[in-house]
Amino acid sequence: MKETEKLGFMEGLKDGIPIGLGYLSVSFSFGISAVSKGLSWLAATIISLTNLTSAGQVAGLTIIAATGTLIEMALAQLIINMRYSLMSLSLSQRLDSSFTLPHRFIASFGITDEIFAAASGKGRDITPAYMYGIISLPVVCWTLGTLLGGIAGSIMPDMLRNSLGIAIYGMFIAIFIPPARKSVGVLVTVAIAAGLSCCFRFIPLFEQLSSGFAVIICTIIASAAAAILFPRKEADAE
Amino acid sequence: MTTSQLAAYIGVMAGVTYLVRMLPIVIFRKKIKSRFVTDFLYYVPYAVLGAMTIPAVLFSTGSIISAAAGLIAAVLLAFKDKGLLAVAAAACIAAFAVEAVMHFVF
Repeated sequence: MKETEKLGFMEGLKDGIPIGLGYLSVSFSFGISAVSKGLSWLAATIISLTNLTSAGQVAGLTIIAATGTLIEMALAQLIINMRYSLMSLSLSQRLDSSFTLPHRFIASFGITDEIFAAASGKGRDITPAYMYGIISLPVVCWTLGTLLGGIAGSIMPDMLRNSLGIAIYGMFIAIFIPPARKSVGVLVTVAIAAGLSCCFRFIPLFEQLSSGFAVIICTIIASAAAAILFPRKEADAE
Repeated sequence: MTTSQLAAYIGVMAGVTYLVRMLPIVIFRKKIKSRFVTDFLYYVPYAVLGAMTIPAVLFSTGSIISAAAGLIAAVLLAFKDKGLLAVAAAACIAAFAVEAVMHFVF
């Protein structure tokens, strides 16, 4: 056991600042997108407050707009957000002993790609106080940004609103390009998924397939193919 | 769509998303042994992002041309390991610039 001071709330709050700022702009674009698909700003804001995730919300929005089934919604969220299970599992191995069951129930709500990355990078046991600190600002920013986008989106000039619609994809690109440069497996995963996604979008045969299921199918095939073709070495697998 | 239908969609979205985050940290205390499963899970986020970004990014702005400009800007900055905010902002600025040029020139 190290004698270093335990991670506190303030340190978490500080680590959450850059994450929150990033979320503000991306959720603004989500708010615009939700309202343009016919949702109210209130519904969009509630989605952001209760889901706190980008890809899952974008897919959910598509399913709501297409009045897909609830099963489809559940499956899409399960597959798209399955990565959080892996992060949750990984975090569970490095929690401080003060992380009791009630804390696990509450803090797990705030596991996102960026929060997970920042928290795992601390190299110390993670305390409940630290998790609550790092989660606070991103949750506020993600919700507030959606609210602002939902309200201001309708009074913004088309040209500006159109341009902001690409922000969320910019964030996705920023997440997958750096690891794709370092790992052939990741590169191939992205390429297969993107290729299949184009097939589903442009080949008339697949017109009936909803975009929610298309993402699920692309993900399962691409990830399974990469796991078979490019198994990671023991050292990479943490 | 009625309010209760919308509430059902949002409830399912939020419920499933919370469960996938909560269950592992509450239940699992041991590491997954299957290499295939861990590798599969490792590649999942990248597959999701690839499938959701391409080709949808091309239809995210007013025209494919401005979207392509935004995409190129984002890819270039992401290649230089710039952060989420910088990449997202660059995509918006590039798309906006092209939209503006198209609006005023044509």
